[in-house]
Amino acid sequence: MRVTRRYHFCASHRLHRAAFTDQENRELYGKCSNPYGHGHDYVLEVTAAGPVDAATGQVVHLPTLDRLVSEQVISDFDHRYLNADVAEFAGAIPTSENIIRAIEDRLRGRWPGVFPGAWPRLERIRLRETKRNVFELRS
Amino acid sequence: MLLTRRAEFSASHVCAQRALTAEQNKEIYGAAANPSGHGHNYVLEVTLEGEPDPETGMIFDLKKLKDLIQQTVIDPMDHRFLNYEVPPFDKVVPTTENVAAEIWKRLQPHFEIGRARLNNVRLYETEDLYVDYPGAGAEDSR
Repeated sequence: MRVTRRYHFCASHRLHRAAFTDQENRELYGKCSNPYGHGHDYVLEVTAAGPVDAATGQVVHLPTLDRLVSEQVISDFDHRYLNADVAEFAGAIPTSENIIRAIEDRLRGRWPGVFPGAWPRLERIRLRETKRNVFELRS
Repeated sequence: MLLTRRAEFSASHVCAQRALTAEQNKEIYGAAANPSGHGHNYVLEVTLEGEPDPETGMIFDLKKLKDLIQQTVIDPMDHRFLNYEVPPFDKVVPTTENVAAEIWKRLQPHFEIGRARLNNVRLYETEDLYVDYPGAGAEDSR
């Protein structure tokens, strides 16, 4: 069974490669390359999969999952300028592809520490930048 | 091909194990362990899988599917306190996981014959929490 929890964070970013000219950046990233950045209300879905524990009726202990996502992602990403405030984007452009990878690395890094058993496993991460742009990673 | 029908019901529940103390239940279920219960507007998505009948162009009669969901799930669960009024939740903790599995159990026998198979039950407890149950697999027995 899969349990999906939805989280929210608001952040700004700018898509811009220093090695490119302004014109090249404009062609590659369009409005996303505007110099002062812009923001989104990101929606993050985290899916845990596993058997339902016969005693608790749960696949995943939600307070533990909430704490993990809050500590590893929301507290660092929410109401930040990703390019300047989040370490991963000092060297990488904060496209949603790179953001979802950074989130996966953060969650996978701590997952065995908070969920030491075989289950639940982190099965899927989904990041909605806008209603029209959605990115997904499956294990 | 997949076909999904959505339905809604509102119900109350309390998540707690009788064998545990109030404190232990709070640790496991958080606010959902409040003894007097609380409620949700559940949203159910039932997904069928199959190939359309060449003559009717349908995987399954949508009116029949609507009636089936109504009779097996909505009528018994809507505006009920699950723990007190809807077996097996007098004995089984009505977590979203267990409610989804119970809905699967109620619907699945109706799709054992015919072109459509029950593919998935998705149950939203809130907009920010949902479970997907595609039937019992190896990982569901421990």
